[in-house]
Amino acid sequence: FTGAVHGFLLSPIEAFLSDLKRGGSGTGPLRGSAETARETTALLRRITAQARWSSAGDLMEIIRKEGRRMITAQPSETTVGNMIRRVLKIIREEYARSRGKSEETDQQESLHKLLTSGGLSEDNFRQHFAALKANVIEAINELLTELEGTTDNVAMQALEHIHSNEVIMTIGRSRTVEAFLKDAARKRKFHVIVAECAPFCQGHEMATSLSEAGIETTVIADAAIFAVMSRVNKVIIGTQTVLANGGLRAVNGTHTLALAAKHHSTPLIVCAPMFKLSPQFPNEEDTFHKFVSPHEVLPFTEGEILSKVNVHCPVFDYVPPELITLFISNIGGHAPSYIYRLMSELYHPEDHEL
Amino acid sequence: ELTKEEKQRLRKEKKQQKKNKEKKDEKASRESDKEKKSAAPASQPPTQHTAQKAVPASAPVPLPASEAPVPADKPAKSKAELKAERRARQEAERASKQGKKGEVGQQAATGKAKAPPSELQPVVKRLPEHIQVDNPDVLKKLAKKLERQQVCIYVYYGYKVSLFSHLHQYSRKAPLTQQLSIPSTVIHPAIVRLGLQYSQGIVAGSNARSVALLHAFKQVIRDYTTPPKEELSRDLVNKLKPYISFLNQCRPLSASMGNAIKYIKKEISNIPSQCKEEEAKRKLLNCIECYINEKIVLAAKAIAKYSIEKISDGDVILVYGCSSLVNHILCEAFEKGRKFRVIVVDSRPRLEGREALRRLVQRGISCTYVLISAVSYILPEVSKVFLGAHALLANGYVMSRVGTSQIALVAKAFNVPVLVCCETYKFCERVQTDSFVSNELDDPDDLIVTRKGKTQLEDWQKVDSLGLLNLVYDVTPPDFVDLVITDLGMIPCTSVPVVLRVKNVDQ
Repeated sequence: FTGAVHGFLLSPIEAFLSDLKRGGSGTGPLRGSAETARETTALLRRITAQARWSSAGDLMEIIRKEGRRMITAQPSETTVGNMIRRVLKIIREEYARSRGKSEETDQQESLHKLLTSGGLSEDNFRQHFAALKANVIEAINELLTELEGTTDNVAMQALEHIHSNEVIMTIGRSRTVEAFLKDAARKRKFHVIVAECAPFCQGHEMATSLSEAGIETTVIADAAIFAVMSRVNKVIIGTQTVLANGGLRAVNGTHTLALAAKHHSTPLIVCAPMFKLSPQFPNEEDTFHKFVSPHEVLPFTEGEILSKVNVHCPVFDYVPPELITLFISNIGGHAPSYIYRLMSELYHPEDHEL
Repeated sequence: ELTKEEKQRLRKEKKQQKKNKEKKDEKASRESDKEKKSAAPASQPPTQHTAQKAVPASAPVPLPASEAPVPADKPAKSKAELKAERRARQEAERASKQGKKGEVGQQAATGKAKAPPSELQPVVKRLPEHIQVDNPDVLKKLAKKLERQQVCIYVYYGYKVSLFSHLHQYSRKAPLTQQLSIPSTVIHPAIVRLGLQYSQGIVAGSNARSVALLHAFKQVIRDYTTPPKEELSRDLVNKLKPYISFLNQCRPLSASMGNAIKYIKKEISNIPSQCKEEEAKRKLLNCIECYINEKIVLAAKAIAKYSIEKISDGDVILVYGCSSLVNHILCEAFEKGRKFRVIVVDSRPRLEGREALRRLVQRGISCTYVLISAVSYILPEVSKVFLGAHALLANGYVMSRVGTSQIALVAKAFNVPVLVCCETYKFCERVQTDSFVSNELDDPDDLIVTRKGKTQLEDWQKVDSLGLLNLVYDVTPPDFVDLVITDLGMIPCTSVPVVLRVKNVDQ
């Protein structure tokens, strides 16, 4: 007997799915990733509370099924998948705690365990525990509080990394970086150069918002990134996703920025909260890139030549981990080589493929 | 050689004497020297006359200073005493020159003084005024000079980013020509039109601007009549000076335009004084035609011939922006039957790549179009990168449209060969290592864009801490460039000073 989702639960899920589908037109997210993460988690909490399930395995089945639907609605919005994996991990932990086992033994497979235990280690989460529901919901609430505080946690570390009279460069618009810089601007004076990131030109919004906070801001065209890089002290960027190898899937133009920073030996700092960490690798060619309507690049007013040319408008760029100096997340700063370890703490390996 | 030097020194002495008698005129001539140099930074003082003035002004500076007060104090010195003084000075100078000659090598590297190449004067380089906007003395001198030439001075526009406070920033909405009276008495109408075309961006691109300039000068020469008691060779050069200042104010001169102006001034000053006006004009027009033909048209053909060897069937070629030379090469290669496809990379705010796209598509070449932020997505498909240049600097750096260095950087990271195509008349004796010291700031309002009905940066002027930066040029380091194709052949980036030297010796 597998669990089922009630009728009255269907409509919020459908609303969320249609929201995701609409928001992915690539012209800049209608809402930031943090909001998406919070909404996903809230929805999962609701499913946990209201769906019919009797054991942890049932619950995980339901969440996986709904999760797969959410991911197919907007594959590029990876925070949805990340939150689902977090919740699955929470369920596993709570189950293990209810069974009385300490958390460590039920962790991921180690070579030793493979050799000594022989065969699959366990039950398929079929035991029924009465307190499981309450525990899971409480844990999800903790996750939600953590999510609410991520931007502030990242911004709190700003003063450790920015000194006065620096020239900082950034690209496009990231709410995390905005909060980061505004927090530092309360105590330090520095100059920010924003690359506008054509064709969506989100850099303009970022610049207006930063200058309203009193920070000296300059907007430059994408083409001038290398030209002004010699004068820049630090590059601070946000990203859409942090991949499992420590690389980034960020807005297009970031790879050029990273190469220019490497050429001038300028440190590249990525402000990414933990919910952006995804267990994907960049090798899947056809799923990595996302394209939007080419009329952003070559508008329909260009007329006759439109039918004779190919126009591409990719949204994301891959930045390899060698070009990144530091990740700043809500739990502190890490080197790119440490990301794999963080990932293993956040997600269970069986959940990598939903 | 010694005798030639002696003669030169004698001439110098005579001139110094003249100057010393009229103290004020000397000071004025030194000032006008400085301003002449700053007005046409790339062009050298055309006649031997001014070169002689320049040499004593720069090298033996203490001598005139010591000379100046003496005649004023003792005007009644006898002729014999003056002669003895002169001889003593000659000896002293000969001795010092000999000493200097022993130290210094045989280089013609100092571009400013036109002294014979064997003598290396310690030249005080006059900085072009357009990169000294933050220096109020320079601005005052420029204002005085422009007043004398009756050219109106340009008021710069908008809040300037502090990193670039040493450069002018223009607005397209307020061209210089609005301040001119109609009809303009000092500036020839063809030049006024040209200045307006430059400042509005109607004529853009290094070759186009040079050709337009030369055509305008041809018109000026046709309409020119020598006033009585003046020599054509000197008067015409003086007539051209305010025109050049005006054009410089409309939009700073490019390296190719500077070289063209140098050439014209040299040709004009080489006209023998007994030549009749009609014949002289005909000669000059012919010279200009030859220059355009040789340096631009035929050079393009030669470069196309060399480049076609580098394009093979099945190539995917990446080009950036609109370079007339690169477009010409691709069209030629396509006509010769090479099979390739082109990726045109473009960037805001100029979006010149669309023009290149139109031209290539008209010929039937299959093209792809992306913006510069997508270049790292598209580069794995590319087999070669062809770039045009605005100027090639003497230290091997390539000065070109902003964004070129970025493309070269990413191409290098993906191991794709980068070829730069440039005619030799764009080679320049300047050196530069970054894009800050000498650049052009375009209208900052061009960056503003309206998306989905919202214009984010509309009121950028009202916000104090917000600045927009619209750069025009940037410099590409030579390690990113694999090959430079010129009309003299295919050379590495570092051979540019060799070519410059060969050209100087030829001239």
